[in-house]
Amino acid sequence: MSVTITLTVNGKSVTASVDPRTLLVEFLRNELSLTGTHVGCDTGQCGACTVHLDGRAVKSCTMLAAQANGAEVTTIEAVARDGELHPMQAAFRDCHALQCGFCTPGMVMAALDLVAANPSPDEKAVREGLDGNLCRCTGYHNIVKAVQQGAAAMRKGG
Amino acid sequence: MYAFELHKAKSVADAAALIAKTGGKALAGGQSLVGAMKLRLAQPGALVDLSGIAELRGIRREGGAVIVGAMTRHAEVAASADVKAAIPALVALAEGIGDRQVRNMGTLGGAIAHADPAADWPAAVLGLGATVITSKGRHAADGFFKGLYETALAGDELVTAVSFPVPRKAAYAKFRNPASRFALVGVFVAQAGDGAVRVAVTGATATPFRCAPLEAALAKSFTADAAKAAKVSANGLSGDLHASPEYRAHLIPVLAARAVASL
Amino acid sequence: MGASDTNVMGKSVRRKEDYRFLTGAGQYTDDVNPDRHTHAYFLRSPHAHARIRGIDTSRAKAAPGVVAVCTSADLEGVNGLPCGWLITGTDGKPMNEPPHPVLAKGKVRHVGDPVAMVVAETPNQAKDASELIDVDYEVLPAVVNCVDALKRGAPQIHDEAPGNKCYTWALGDKAAVDAAFAKAAHVSKLDIVNNRLIPNAIEPRAAVASYDRAADGYTLYVASQNPHVERLLMTAFVLGLPEHKVRVIAPDVGGGFGSKIYLYAEETAMVWASKRVGRPIKWTAERSESFVSDAHGRDHVTRAELAMDKDGRFLAMRVHTTANMGAYLSTFASCIPTILYATLLAGQYTTPAIYCEVTAAFTNTVPVDAYRGAGRPEATYVVERLVHQAGVDMKLPQDEIRRRNFIRSFPHQTPVALTYDTGGYDACLDEAMRLADVKGFAARKAEAAKRGKLRGIGYSSYIEACGLAPSNIAGALGARAGLFEAGEVRVHPTGSVTVFTGSHSHGQGHETTFAQVVASRLGIPVENVDVVHGDTGRVPFGMGTYGSRSLAVGGTAIVKALDKIVAKGRKIAAHLLEAAESDIEFADGKFTVSGTDRSKTFGEVALTAYVPHNYPLDKLEPGLNETAFYDPTNFTFPAGTHVCEVEVDPDTGVVEVVAFSACDDFGNIVNPMIVEGQVHGGLTQGLGQALLENCVYDAESGQLLSGTYMDYAMPRADDVPSFNVGTKVTPCTHNPLGAKGCGEAGAIGAPAAMMNAVHDALAAVGVTYIDMPASPHRVWRAIQAARA
Repeated sequence: MSVTITLTVNGKSVTASVDPRTLLVEFLRNELSLTGTHVGCDTGQCGACTVHLDGRAVKSCTMLAAQANGAEVTTIEAVARDGELHPMQAAFRDCHALQCGFCTPGMVMAALDLVAANPSPDEKAVREGLDGNLCRCTGYHNIVKAVQQGAAAMRKGG
Repeated sequence: MYAFELHKAKSVADAAALIAKTGGKALAGGQSLVGAMKLRLAQPGALVDLSGIAELRGIRREGGAVIVGAMTRHAEVAASADVKAAIPALVALAEGIGDRQVRNMGTLGGAIAHADPAADWPAAVLGLGATVITSKGRHAADGFFKGLYETALAGDELVTAVSFPVPRKAAYAKFRNPASRFALVGVFVAQAGDGAVRVAVTGATATPFRCAPLEAALAKSFTADAAKAAKVSANGLSGDLHASPEYRAHLIPVLAARAVASL
Repeated sequence: MGASDTNVMGKSVRRKEDYRFLTGAGQYTDDVNPDRHTHAYFLRSPHAHARIRGIDTSRAKAAPGVVAVCTSADLEGVNGLPCGWLITGTDGKPMNEPPHPVLAKGKVRHVGDPVAMVVAETPNQAKDASELIDVDYEVLPAVVNCVDALKRGAPQIHDEAPGNKCYTWALGDKAAVDAAFAKAAHVSKLDIVNNRLIPNAIEPRAAVASYDRAADGYTLYVASQNPHVERLLMTAFVLGLPEHKVRVIAPDVGGGFGSKIYLYAEETAMVWASKRVGRPIKWTAERSESFVSDAHGRDHVTRAELAMDKDGRFLAMRVHTTANMGAYLSTFASCIPTILYATLLAGQYTTPAIYCEVTAAFTNTVPVDAYRGAGRPEATYVVERLVHQAGVDMKLPQDEIRRRNFIRSFPHQTPVALTYDTGGYDACLDEAMRLADVKGFAARKAEAAKRGKLRGIGYSSYIEACGLAPSNIAGALGARAGLFEAGEVRVHPTGSVTVFTGSHSHGQGHETTFAQVVASRLGIPVENVDVVHGDTGRVPFGMGTYGSRSLAVGGTAIVKALDKIVAKGRKIAAHLLEAAESDIEFADGKFTVSGTDRSKTFGEVALTAYVPHNYPLDKLEPGLNETAFYDPTNFTFPAGTHVCEVEVDPDTGVVEVVAFSACDDFGNIVNPMIVEGQVHGGLTQGLGQALLENCVYDAESGQLLSGTYMDYAMPRADDVPSFNVGTKVTPCTHNPLGAKGCGEAGAIGAPAAMMNAVHDALAAVGVTYIDMPASPHRVWRAIQAARA
């Protein structure tokens, strides 16, 4: 059995026939070659697979592609515009908030959701707000700085 | 994940019929179900997706109760001004479920029907003496949670909403499992409009329960000191890598006291 | 800091690699999808210990989409996975080295031991088919604890290792230590468990193997820290393939922390099968699979004693350790609790006599190998917990007992084989105490007490041996490989540069740091330098990245190659400028005739090397491309002091790390931003060990109880504080960069600092000893026990 789904991914409409057991992350990585979204665990905890579904951060490894039918999905590939890093991405670079880069796409997508809900988060709010994303490299110190710096830049419309 | 058929329901009746016909399971937010299926721990032959049923979403105040639709996301409860005004404890509870991504997908109905022993919502349902409204009727909170992942729901019965009576005051305190971040122990304390006290505990056994010693203590004196002085037996409580029954028994009054103190 | 500046040493240049990672353009192994590729799935043992009576793969072979199924019976001519380090025991005999079959043969010895490989069109088909393989197991009793494994009557895991013993090994002068203990005024003692950890790089291990009939060669993409070592071990020891016919590419790798050093069964079986299947084969571990197949770390049980005179001066140390090897010897397993452990027991102290005896045991658990720090965190934990206890016992302040025993004269020969070239331990201690505001601690403790919290402070003055390693010394100690590093500098005709390094970057930022070294030495902008790594088809034979060695060893190899470039450039410039070679100076990217303003830029010289029209072709080859191999003459010795402050909630047992300060001496620093990042990450892994992480097996069944993130507690952002970090510099004396290494220091120093703080806090309620991790449950129980 397969199901037909139509969704918007990074602004482009996509229609595909998929096995119902296809996870959204599998659809993005394997069918659309959007390999910036990563898989780091199988229990929905590491957050490396975070994408935006209708503007809200979700774990694309813990939902079926079919659950995104009719929705708008945004992945890390669409966050920079015209080769220019988004202020949040720029802050990650400036603060050295990434090392191996594997958790980074999910971390950025979660950070954008966090800042959308709280445009001016303090350190505690950032730390608690990122509890759905694991990073094994940075010790989070610079990620926290980056999210605050990115939020400040976004407030200025930078 | 094993192969399965996927159906999308248009209405509650349609969903119930599809489940009855296929012997499948309802798919709400999928935060537990999809996870279990990925690990091949659950093997439903069919899933019936409820996300297209508009009547299952939304929050409304109705008399002395707040009614939350089954497909309402945890994040929507957490952000609801109506809930915050009526039962702020539910906002705090919803804000503490899983993580932001889980809260954006996971639903109240899914959590209630799944009845994970460490889930937060069951503590609120039981602690407030809520009514679970289903495709077949209504269930009182007491008696709804029957065992490990087991509820009073029939196989083809869908949760459509939960009606939470507005209490005089209520609070939830959760001690997170350091690994999973589920409730190692969660305690929901409530004093109803008529003054009756209910205390519900999640995470400590296979199914949430009302804690008689704490209810008695808080009925006498609704204070943190009274809660902390209560004695809870470790008999029958869960023991695992992260907590012995004795530790859980110790934490229950500590958390109840913290919940009361937060009011 | 602009990257086009050429004066970039010591500057926090923003990383060259970040743009691709931030935009989702990184290419990790799982992002590699060759045409017509198939998918592998490994059927793993559900039992900790069982005899395999038979395996029937017929149903699986007939399942939809299945391309091949293989078991050990199919792997004809394939040898076992080798161990790269031979330890010779106190009995003078080589360690017991039982076979480590690629797929289980005759027996399974841990939960997760691979039994069969299924290759199919899709991952789901491979997994579905694996469930149709019938394995007839005769379940045997299992043993998971290393002390239990050595007891009489314990289940026997390998015929080749009687009593489950791998070796008993010792270092130091036992007689001198016994004599010192006999005359000691005081002896402090501890029994310590160093908890078992699972590395958990966020990128799971992955591989893509393919065979090219035209070239009669193989290509393996693999998440590895050292592709050349992977290739050498796989071809020469296991598969018997010609080394030059296998290209190993470790592309972007999502963290390693040691777990991606080793040659594993999965990629070995896949390379073998790729020719037989005739199509590329891909495998990516699921996380729960990583838990039972990635090499684990730590897992020591130790008794440690410190003899002191009446003033708290250390006279001798005696350490007995039992180390868990797991079910098989992983690639470097045997050297971790010996060569990388006992040699560090002098710490920063003048302790004149040390004796350490280590017994390594096989158990029914996943193999244990190097994990960030590898032996040195275990040594530091022993030394610094013991020094803390000594301070308590001697009623001396924790800084004072350390100062009384610090080494202050260099070079310093320790009684455990190492010669420290340089260091400045007081400076790091002073700075760490300043960063931690130790003076204000008493007031903070009093304020916490008002809130019902127990506040404690703990120190850890660690040392590590990095810059692995002088090959001759390592060889004498049992290493079966060289430990040099390779670097090639390829100057292009237009003066830009590509550097090929044998080091591998999987988060360390070599593409930036190494480019800074090259840019500053050649006087060219950083953006004109690209660094290539991780590909045996492009890079000279290198040993990869582990043991905080990349800058000190890999960076030095590049410097040596740069020296050759400059030497040749000087010859070319001398010709162009019609001057004597000895009169040519090279600085700021220009070759200048000494004492004149006559010069040629680096770019002009490079162009001349490739367009040799006016060129001394009779004396000099054209081109500007140099390779160097560097074998260090000594280890490097990063050291520092970490100070941790915790608050314990006695009602719940929750430990909160409220502050953490670290002052480290890594020698000269190329990029402070990257170094700080390495420290932050290391500290969080160290705090993870002390606060959260614990790999637990069921003692009876041998099942892994902490087998997913639901039960293995990983540090999250809200588990750790922001860190106060600082550095002091005593340059390494034996490499041209003066660099020591910084990758592991955090994980080495932090556990003892935090646990010393926990002990300081809990002393108020009578708790005298608690093991890692200081989980709420464990702390609460300790408090209850002390109150009882």
